Parts: sequence; structure tokens; C-alpha cells
Amino acid sequence: MENIIVFCETRNGELCDVSLELVTKARLLAEELGCKVDAIVIGKEVSSLSKTLFEYGINRVFCADDERLSEYLTLPYTRIVTSVVAEQHPQIFLAGATNVGRDLAPRVAAELQCGLTADCTELRIGECEDTAGVKHENILLQIRPNFVGNQLTTIVSTSSRPQMATMREGVVSKQRVDNPVAGEIITINTQSLLTEEDFAVSILKREVEARKSNLKGAKVVVAGGYGVGSRENFELLYRLAELLHGEVGSTRAAVDAGYCDHSTMIGQTGVTVRPKLYIAVGISGQVQHTVGMEKSGTIISINRDPEAPINKIADYVIVGDARECVTHLIDQLSK
Amino acid sequence: MTKIKIALLIKQVIDTRISEGWAPGADGTVDRNALPAIINPEDLHALEQTLRLKEQLGGNAEIVAISMGPQRAAEALRECIWRGADDAVLISDRKVAGADTLATSYALALAIKKVGASLIFAGRQTIDGDTAHVGPQVAQALGIPQITYAEEVALEGDSLVVKRRLDDGFEVVKSPLKALITVGSSAAKCRFCNAKRMLRSRKAEIKTWSAADLDGDLSRFGLAGSPTQVLYSEPIVTESKGGVVLTSSIEDIATLVAELRSNHTIE
Repeated sequence: MENIIVFCETRNGELCDVSLELVTKARLLAEELGCKVDAIVIGKEVSSLSKTLFEYGINRVFCADDERLSEYLTLPYTRIVTSVVAEQHPQIFLAGATNVGRDLAPRVAAELQCGLTADCTELRIGECEDTAGVKHENILLQIRPNFVGNQLTTIVSTSSRPQMATMREGVVSKQRVDNPVAGEIITINTQSLLTEEDFAVSILKREVEARKSNLKGAKVVVAGGYGVGSRENFELLYRLAELLHGEVGSTRAAVDAGYCDHSTMIGQTGVTVRPKLYIAVGISGQVQHTVGMEKSGTIISINRDPEAPINKIADYVIVGDARECVTHLIDQLSK
Repeated sequence: MTKIKIALLIKQVIDTRISEGWAPGADGTVDRNALPAIINPEDLHALEQTLRLKEQLGGNAEIVAISMGPQRAAEALRECIWRGADDAVLISDRKVAGADTLATSYALALAIKKVGASLIFAGRQTIDGDTAHVGPQVAQALGIPQITYAEEVALEGDSLVVKRRLDDGFEVVKSPLKALITVGSSAAKCRFCNAKRMLRSRKAEIKTWSAADLDGDLSRFGLAGSPTQVLYSEPIVTESKGGVVLTSSIEDIATLVAELRSNHTIE
């Protein structure tokens, strides 16, 4: 039985969380399929990361250790991944829906002429019927929100292998296996594989910006939507978040309206959060937002509209003006 | 110096951005006709970068906007001309309909070859598909480098120096002039339509190419050339949790804060 291959992304010499989450997910899929999970790791001195991957249940690590690859570069990474996949014929290939994964996966898919689904929020094994009416078993059901309308769309690729998908960070929790696998490291000879043209684009400068907030790991999130009404009102959310030792989040509509910075966006194209307390202020609750916060502990919705979709998933609904409600909350919490 | 031909890939989409301004029906579907058709927002950011590059080249460039879609997408291409593009091509044919990103990028790559463009710009992703696949897949089909998430593009000698957004910061890369660049919303906004251009090219004819004009493998176009298949879409109809409903009165909010404190939701 063909395996599942996960592209494991590294940052500053460490494995990214999203990669370990994907490996965890891939393991569950592999159990159902009765196959194993392999990983591809590319970078400088990355073979030492194999130990961690074995602890997460990886069977074989395809390792491309090359100091020219310490930072992600589209062309050489594509060539390495494509060559491993073409040689190993996995039935499924997964990568994180990060800036790197979303740069790499489509290129690999185009080279291999395979179907690819972006930004999945759920992956399952199931059966389906293709357009010609032929039944297929053990197919990867690739589920993602559909942006035009509150819908979840299930996509399959029955005719091409591997079935390829990118998955968002934070939708599954990473989990080690009870007993680390006595896995195998397979070294990729990058010297013979890569050509000079693969390095046509070079990095002149790279700057890591300090995270403005720790939204992903915050215990309390105060998030604002279009209904907050102004940038000035948005400042109140920062005061509320400060009182609760939390962070401020937002929706795409609030970002588009210029109320807050892009980095605060929660949802399908932003951060996925899972705080103990989520306060949604002036947020209607479109699916592209709720997929990023629905697993929160307690949800409070502050909305003028008693019928706002987000109220359905809220534990407390305060019907009223955003500014007034937030001001009252600040007053009460300051006591 | 020979003129550089720059292709700009655009898509006409339904404007769903101000999500609080409208709501889907009870079954989760949206009345598409109720929403305006626009140029995909990030494609406009890409257009601005092509115009800036043309200025840096002393005007020695030709910008050709290319789109694939129904006939009405010609409106979006005409708007590109009003904003500064030199020419426009629409790929419109039932044979290319129903394409996923792989089949779309195949058709676009053929059109780019036919136009003779060596440098390609596109928006990072569309607001209806949100996959960010088409840019990289066109680059792969053409066998050229790609630079995604670009914010600023500068010409330096016979290279491009591009600042691009990362998950945790940014990087500056140097690329040959033969490349595909996708531009995100963090880049500069596009300049407005030029009134003189609008008057001059109010009825500018948009070239329309069929699948046959692209001279490709017909089995790789449209639905037939699409390895992905949408199995089904289910409306997300959430059962109400039956949360406690409160008013904005001071009393109600004081009660809520007291409850959250007593059950240790907040410290």
C-alpha cells in the first residue's frame, strides 16, 4: 500500500507546529488506510530533526541537508519534493497552508499534473462516485469552507496521484505516539539533483519581525468585526483585552475597513485560535471567520442584531451597541 | 532596448468582501446576482506594480491584461485599460469552463506564450476561490521562477529586486526579469481610472480567444483537464447553542462579569 508523505516545514532550524499537526493528522488517516507516513525535510542540518519526527510516528524521513537550502527557495524545494514524490508514488501528499506551503504545493501539483485543494479545515477517508459514475473507495475527502456562501465544500481527486492538500495551522492538535518509531533516514543527494538554474532567485535580505501579539496561544481573545464601527471604537477592544490579559483579534471586514492591522485577522485566511474565552464584538459570524474560532471555550457575542449567525454558537449574547457594551464591560472589570 | 512585454493575469469576481453588509439565506446560499462584479482586489494591486515597473522602464514596456471567463469579464479587462494597461485578451469558450486551478493555469500559460510576454504579474489569490494556486501553477507550466506575496518590485539593472511577505516577517529577493510575481493586498493600492483613457477607450475592443486559438491539448482544458472534483457543498446550518441572551444594561453586564468570575472563566 502506498504511503502518505508530509512536507515538513522548518523555521530557524526547528520543525513548524503546523508540520507536526499535519503529521498527527496523517497518522490518523494512515491508520484507516493501513499505510505508513513518511516525511520530507529540507534545510541546513535538518537530519537531527528526524528524531522528533519518529516521536510523532513518522516511518521514513527523506532528508535534504544542504546549506544552500537553509531558507525556503521555490525552485530547489520544488525539485526535491517533486523527485521524492515521483519516486515514492504516495497516495496522499500534505503540506501546511503557510506562505511556504502555499508557494510550494501548487508548483509540485502542476509539475505532477495532480489535483490540489488549498486550506483544508478537515481531511477524511471515505468513498465517492466520480463524474463518470465510477465508485472509488479509500479516497481523501478534502473539506474546506466555500467563501461565497456559508458552505463547506468537499473536494476529491480520484484520477490523479498523489491526492494533494494543504491544511491550515491550528485545526488539529499535535500529538506524539506512545512509542517512537524506529524509523529510517533517507538522504537525498542534492548536489546531483539540483542545477544552477534552481538558484536563479536569491535571497538578499530576510528579516523576522517580532510578533506583535501572541494571538494563537492567548487564553482570552477580544475580537472585533465591521460592527465595531470605527478605528476609535477598536481602541476600546485593546483596553478590554488588556484588562483580561488577552489579545485582540479581528475579521477580514474589520481589516478591510481599516479598523485594525492584518496580523490580527482570525479565520480562514488568518490565525486559528482556541482561547478559554472569546468575546466577539460586532462580528456577524461568516464561516470564514468562525472556522478560526469555533473551538473556543466560552463565547460571548456582542451584536446589535439578535439574529446574527455568530449568536448561535455563543454561550452569552449581549444585544446592543458595541461601544456601549464594551465600555460597560471595561467599567465592571476595572472594579 | 527592446520593449518588455508584461502579462497581467486578472479575474472578474463577485464582491463578497464586506461580509457584514449582506447575509446568506437560511440554507447558506448567496444570491450572486445581488452582488457587484469587480476585478479581484489583489489583481489591482498587481496592476499597480506593472504600471510602476513600466515607469521605471521609461515607458519601454507593454502591459497586456489577460483573463479567462465568460464574455462579461471583458468589462473587467476594459477597466484594466482605463487604469493603464495597454492591451487585453479574454479567453472565453465553453471548452475552458469548469476548470480547476490546474486547467486554468494551463490555458493562461498558453495565452501568455501566444502574447509573447516574459514577465508575468498576478494577484496573490482571488476572493472567490482563495487558493493562491494559479500564479505558481502558471509559473511551473512556463518553467520560470515565481515570487509570491510581493509587496514592492524594483528594477535593478537586468534584475528585479522584490520585497515579499513571509509568515513571520519579510524577505528581499533578486530575480531574473523572466519570472512570475504574485502581489498581495499589503502592496500599494492601484491608481484610479484615468479620465482621458476612459474617454479614448470607452469602447476598447477586447480580443477574445477560444480554446482552439490557444493551440493546446484539448483534453487539458476546462472540466476535462481538471483533476479535482467538487463532490458536494453543504450549507453550514448551525444548531443554536441556546446561549443566555442579555441586554446592554449595566445590570446585565455586571451579572455576566460576576458569573464569569465565579466560574473562573476570567481571573
